[in-house]
Amino acid sequence: MNPKRIASYFDRLKREGRTGFIGYITAGDPSPDLTPSLVAAMVRGGVDLIELGVPFSDPIADGPVIQRGAARALAAGTTLAKVLDIAAKIREQSEVPLLLFTYLNPVLRYGLDSLARAAAAHGIDGCLLTDLSVEEAGPYSTAMHNHGLDTVFLAAPTSTPRRLSLTAKYSSGFVYLVSRTGVTGERQTLSSNVEPLVQAMRERTSLPLAVGFGISTPEQVRQTGSLADAVVVGSAFERAIEEALASGADPAAALEARARALAAGLPSKKR
Amino acid sequence: MLTSQPDSLGHFGPYGGRFVPEVLMAPLEEIEQAYNEARTDPAFQAELHSLLADYAGRPTPLYHARRLSESLGGARIYLKREDLLHTGAHKINNCLGQALLARRMGKRRIIAETGAGQHGVATATVCALFGFDCVVYMGEEDMRRQRLNVFRMRLLGAKVVGVSTGSRTLKDAISEAMRDWVTNISTTHYLLGSALGAHPYPLMVRDFHRVIGEEARRQILEKENLLPDSVFACVGGGSNAIGIFHPFIADEQVKLIGVEAGGRGLSEGEHAARFSGGSPGVLHGAYSYLLQNRDGQVLLTHSVSAGLDYALVGPEHAWLHDQHRAEYVSISDGEAIQAALTLARTEGIIPALESAHAVAEALRRAPSAKDQVFVVNLSGRGDKDTDIYRERLPEIDEPETHR
Repeated sequence: MNPKRIASYFDRLKREGRTGFIGYITAGDPSPDLTPSLVAAMVRGGVDLIELGVPFSDPIADGPVIQRGAARALAAGTTLAKVLDIAAKIREQSEVPLLLFTYLNPVLRYGLDSLARAAAAHGIDGCLLTDLSVEEAGPYSTAMHNHGLDTVFLAAPTSTPRRLSLTAKYSSGFVYLVSRTGVTGERQTLSSNVEPLVQAMRERTSLPLAVGFGISTPEQVRQTGSLADAVVVGSAFERAIEEALASGADPAAALEARARALAAGLPSKKR
Repeated sequence: MLTSQPDSLGHFGPYGGRFVPEVLMAPLEEIEQAYNEARTDPAFQAELHSLLADYAGRPTPLYHARRLSESLGGARIYLKREDLLHTGAHKINNCLGQALLARRMGKRRIIAETGAGQHGVATATVCALFGFDCVVYMGEEDMRRQRLNVFRMRLLGAKVVGVSTGSRTLKDAISEAMRDWVTNISTTHYLLGSALGAHPYPLMVRDFHRVIGEEARRQILEKENLLPDSVFACVGGGSNAIGIFHPFIADEQVKLIGVEAGGRGLSEGEHAARFSGGSPGVLHGAYSYLLQNRDGQVLLTHSVSAGLDYALVGPEHAWLHDQHRAEYVSISDGEAIQAALTLARTEGIIPALESAHAVAEALRRAPSAKDQVFVVNLSGRGDKDTDIYRERLPEIDEPETHR
């Protein structure tokens, strides 16, 4: 049975008074073979939960950086089945919690129950489906929970009180708060929406809260980390891969350095 | 009797629904609520009706194409002349409705996607009329093949943004419009141009186009004193088709025939015939028949007609298909071009390439349909397609060099 790595992870953070550092990487970018070593590099740099992105042909929630990462991954032949194999390879070397991060259609094509079974068997701990609303999530949640997987849902600055409550109810493991309206990507300033959103969600759930979207500097990591239980960084990692590829540098080294630089912004001790 | 109304979450049977990132869920609820209030508000309906009549040019004629019918020796073919509407296609019906709704919601910035450019032109037009800011996303491939419409939009004051991702066609334009929408949600209404996307768009867009079928039904009863045997419409997202089909759904003896783009043939990537090569999946907010590979990635599509060149069919069509209430066929690029030529030469009407697909299927069936009555939705006119017709019919463009 699933060891509930996500819950243990947040318990540990709480005991140690630390803020978690969640990193997103598009699996298969630039090739499926490289992803396990890239994930290992992120973990060495201080990332302690990995969002393993499944590339999709039409990523409507993503900005240009992650769009290009997905295109590279698809061009390298990455499929959902290959992402699961990548997860298994990561799991052979590491106990880092793995959250499968994907659009719905590849999952529907694979089959909800088949995916839940396979994901659990390949060492995945939970799933987040970008374009699956809680209204449509019944069969998905049942399948995931049947196989011991967590279901993480998004809450956004636009979410109404009713929707925040639904998100809290359907989420397990943690809740992912979207810091701003818009697509994924790095931003200069942190949104002022974060604090009220964190508060509103704290009133509804005791689940840990992670905040992401637009976070790309140590200072933003520090600010966000002072409010949330964990900070999520995505596009800044994808950009590190892209820049390394463009300059002929080692993407693993680039990711490790980027992770280390951002992790320096994490608040040292909390409350 | 089959009626076709979605449940409260926008499901037509298993299809439709609302599959979008959480950021868009509350805005969709807001549109749904505003629309539900507007549809029963006499003042809203009266203003829409007045704009449709005096600005757009409704009702459009139902024209008996006698020379065309006689040349085929079978069915009596009637054309529903949506091509005569202001801006040259049915798209204006929905744009006027949604513009009124946007004003009601206090949104003064409008974004839209466009394939052939007809929806973009109609959107730019209503934005000029209402004094809204307007941004239209269009695939660069479509900008190339529909240059005239790009300029028309700019002439009307709209900003046209080229989309260079993916296949650089309608699908990518919708993705980019959705990305704009999630970013500018508080000021912006997304004026989606087909019966696609997340609930309530498929329902709302259909309702705004239902007037096509309501008029056509009344007109054919006046002219023939009977209901048609078959109604034909092209299906990209499917807005003109659902608009003309819907008022006939309860008339079980009326065959409803949707015509998809057969492109260069029904092999992967060469067409946009979702009912021939697709399977249920989710794209841009709705669950419906989708052209996808075995890993759930969306396939590239092809059609000579930019307006039909899209990987997902509107969800209500998927439902009508599964209920066997409507039949869906495909017509190739070449057949559509030839049908346009036939219509031009027999009736003096140059159809849009999209509508030429519906005409082609009617031409195919007419000779063996003696004494039957066909209604074909001529959803748009062909001026925008002049460059493509020239390219595809070189013997007409320079006849002396082809002797």
